[in-house]
Amino acid sequence: MTIGTEAFRGALDAITRVRGVRGALVVTRDDGLIVADTLMEDVRGNAVAALTASLFSRVGLATGEAGAGRAQFVHLQAEGGLVLALAVNEELLVVALAEAGANVGLIRLEMLRAGEVVR
Amino acid sequence: MADAVRAMAQEFARDPDSLVFLRLGEQLRHRGDLEAAESVALAGLDRYPDLPEARDLYARVLVDRGHPAEARQVWESILAVEGRYPGAHKGLGFLAYAEGDLDAALDHLETALAADPAEPGVIEALRIVRTTVEEAEAEQVVPAVFERLDATEAGMLLIDRRGRVLGGTLQRDGRSVADEVAAYLTGVTQEAVRAARLLRLGRWEWLIAEGELDNLHVTAPTEDTRLLVMRERSIPPGRLAFLAAKAHDAAREWLEAQRP
Repeated sequence: MTIGTEAFRGALDAITRVRGVRGALVVTRDDGLIVADTLMEDVRGNAVAALTASLFSRVGLATGEAGAGRAQFVHLQAEGGLVLALAVNEELLVVALAEAGANVGLIRLEMLRAGEVVR
Repeated sequence: MADAVRAMAQEFARDPDSLVFLRLGEQLRHRGDLEAAESVALAGLDRYPDLPEARDLYARVLVDRGHPAEARQVWESILAVEGRYPGAHKGLGFLAYAEGDLDAALDHLETALAADPAEPGVIEALRIVRTTVEEAEAEQVVPAVFERLDATEAGMLLIDRRGRVLGGTLQRDGRSVADEVAAYLTGVTQEAVRAARLLRLGRWEWLIAEGELDNLHVTAPTEDTRLLVMRERSIPPGRLAFLAAKAHDAAREWLEAQRP
């Protein structure tokens, strides 16, 4: 995991280069722990990781019950920002925190690329 | 809460015979760590296979993990030994309600209340079921909330914040899953609200979840309601958002019109 963490961070750096992104993380799905992160100083990484993993878990229950299959990507939009989470595999999520008006398409693209690295 | 969970986990590791696993499993469940909650519940069951509280915890975790049939078996196994155990009746009442079997839900919840008249969860659940029964009897007409949209009602669901369906339908394998999805959706939006607040992002506005087969869009037409629009994955996210925005406005108008 230690060897991979540097590669993860490189992939996360590409996400944070998109304008408006305040942080990017690789997070464990089960317990919301940070595996790697690149964050602005005021971003509370542990909170982002824990809350996003928890949200993703609940979304997964809903998509499963609705017959939509396993959750693969979640976009939470709020007045002052947004959270994106991409399921990389059964164990990890790539998460991005951004300002409300950020280019979601571009962030998503970089998250998918990061997902390839993490996978 | 994280400290409390850690302390309980340490206590359980130090003394595997301790009953602290009951509280630990419940806390993990509440914060959505379902795999951890299941591990704790199973470890507790290993020590106390006949303890109703241990089985009850395991059953609740099973429901959260989307295995209601297995949870039903566990609760029924409790009742086979202890016929009035309130937790099992409460759980079976919830499953019956989710399946739309309101009579069975009332039976179980009233039995649970008789066994433990002060349990607030049962009192609230019973109130919800009784209200649902009264509403179903009073009005058999499905609200025409989506009739002005270009799509049918299928794949749209309007619910109140307690997870009760107000309009729309959702089918899976030819049967309605509206009630089940409504229940899970309540948890999703509670978590979305919590995440937005704790991350200082302000009020949550909407959420899109992309599944393997379908995409879901969830928004809040009013403070007390949630709207789900579900479409197959081939529908572009932008179009889904457009459709959801139209449904959101229609639902808001309809809800305004319902006010006394």
